[in-house]
Amino acid sequence: MKQKFDIIVSRCVPLPLENVDTDQIIPARFLKATDKEGFGENLFRDWRYDKEGNPVKEFVLNDPTYSGCVLVAGKNFGSGSSREHAAWAIAGYGFRVVVSSFFADIHKNNELNNFVLPVVVSEPFLARLFASIDENPKMEVKVDLPNQTITNLATGESEQFEINAYKKECLMKGYDDIDYLLSKKNLIEDYESKREQTWK
Amino acid sequence: MNTLFDKIWDAHVVSQLEDGPSQLYIDRLYCHEVTTAQAFTGLRERGLKCFRPEQIYCMPDHNIPTHDQDKPIEDEVGRKQVATLEQNAKDFGLSYFGMNDKRNGIIHVVGPERGLSLPGMTIVCGDSHTSTHGAMGAVAFGIGTSEVEMVLASQCVLQAKPKSMRINIEGELGKGVTPKDVALYIMSQMSTSGATGYFVEYAGSTVRNMTMEGRLTLSNLTIEMGARGGFIAPDEVTFAYLKGREHAPKGEAWEKAVAYWKTLRSGEDAVFDREITFYAKDIEPMVTYGTNPGMGMGISQHIPSLESVEASSRASFQKSLGYMGFQAGESLLGKKVDYVFCGSCTNGRIEDFRAFASLVKGKKKAPNVTCWLVPGSWMVDQQIREEGLDKVLEEAGFVLRQPGCSACLAMNDDKIPAGKLSVSTSNRNFEGRQGPGARTILASPLVAAASAVTGVITDPRTML
Repeated sequence: MKQKFDIIVSRCVPLPLENVDTDQIIPARFLKATDKEGFGENLFRDWRYDKEGNPVKEFVLNDPTYSGCVLVAGKNFGSGSSREHAAWAIAGYGFRVVVSSFFADIHKNNELNNFVLPVVVSEPFLARLFASIDENPKMEVKVDLPNQTITNLATGESEQFEINAYKKECLMKGYDDIDYLLSKKNLIEDYESKREQTWK
Repeated sequence: MNTLFDKIWDAHVVSQLEDGPSQLYIDRLYCHEVTTAQAFTGLRERGLKCFRPEQIYCMPDHNIPTHDQDKPIEDEVGRKQVATLEQNAKDFGLSYFGMNDKRNGIIHVVGPERGLSLPGMTIVCGDSHTSTHGAMGAVAFGIGTSEVEMVLASQCVLQAKPKSMRINIEGELGKGVTPKDVALYIMSQMSTSGATGYFVEYAGSTVRNMTMEGRLTLSNLTIEMGARGGFIAPDEVTFAYLKGREHAPKGEAWEKAVAYWKTLRSGEDAVFDREITFYAKDIEPMVTYGTNPGMGMGISQHIPSLESVEASSRASFQKSLGYMGFQAGESLLGKKVDYVFCGSCTNGRIEDFRAFASLVKGKKKAPNVTCWLVPGSWMVDQQIREEGLDKVLEEAGFVLRQPGCSACLAMNDDKIPAGKLSVSTSNRNFEGRQGPGARTILASPLVAAASAVTGVITDPRTML
């Protein structure tokens, strides 16, 4: 999962619904695996397949018109459960970027920890991006992590997005929080010994 | 500034990354079977041990069946997931409350009732409803599996400090109005993203007058408005609840702890990034009508009209009502109910079963309703029996099941069938949450009990 991140130019998969919760991203009955593999197959399972397991033609992931590694979703994406399986499903399916005007907190962290970049854009930018995709499904966006910009290549409209410097470096260098924390063991032990005196 | 949240958070910062998150020390990690296996695998791959195994408690709750727990779990994959947690606890030297252990139950019910979740602590778990433990006066929040791995490896997580919000609730709750209704009301006002980026302190006379069980329900649902956690400053209610509990401090340590806990309150001069006040008099028993917990209304109200919904939200609103089979503008009172579920980390505590039993006492369950009553833990089950509530429930035609998460997220066999309408005391009414195609109405144990007896959605105030 540790993929170095730089600049991505890709077509988009639009999901113009709000409050897409993690139960929709990956339903609970698919959470029983004890590894991280295979979740992509069940991404948006109950929207993507009918009761008999046949693909729902109208659902965007089954529509050959759309492709690419950028998912564009309505506001408050990833609300609900903390299940990281949702991020594994998104990464496993092949998405590298999720664009929305608002993300739920835990899910946003989970994406970052799996080298999927959540890009927060303004409501008008998002609305125009949906319109551009609607007009031409082959249009592309450019996501430039080093410069923290996203560009709608159909209109040329560009916006800055936020990411903290630490996480940005993690994504660009392909290392994770545990690598960092393990390098700080001495600080943790110092903290514990100092606190021992104040707490007890 | 000078909020209780600042005090607890700042006391746990080991280091601060420049333009980045805080390295936050974690006092307690809870592990359940669904969100930890991959974290332990990560630890093994890196050749690591748990850094502070004595601060970590494991128990399976999501997969376990609510009947015949003395027999192996029938579902092979679920059985393997539970067995994996047991093996991981053993291999890494962690406390484990397994399926046939009387200490077992839903992790967010067990932590407080065993005295493991204490005021002033930082508490995490790979589960969004970790916010529950905030009721004890702790900073408690849900994390992902990668973050579980961080805590296993270093007893720390890297987290950006959230903003602070105080929600005051003032006044006396009306007859038949419970902490669950307070939470559903707040969510209906705030929406499911209204508190995203914040940590919430609940205050005000309504909260002060809530029992510990009520406070746990309120804190539990904080995540449903997007906030990572919600908490309540510890007070005499907290101390009385904790005193004598298995893992709570004892003797001299207790006195010292209480003296410290009494200092845990926001300063008079505390400044919150946002402050909101709600009034108990505005709150009636609540029901949800849509497919997220923010889509709630007073039980006597009508579903909003399409025109009253913001234009950008209309597609989602219509999809939601389409799924539920409801019409904009209609009332839910009198709708036929197929299932009633009372349980979960939201409403699976003794007080919830007392409320349910008080309403059904001397009445009979409606024949068209299948009712699942699932205590949140074996300790709750024992209390139910000690208080004779099991007899009351039995006489009214109800059967108690065995503890677990159950139909809240339907990872075990307790799935609401497609198309069926369930009044549930749990926390999420998402599409398919209680089983593929299941339609969920979130409500309090009193609304659930009233609806279980009449067979239709019923205002409990008409029966009290």
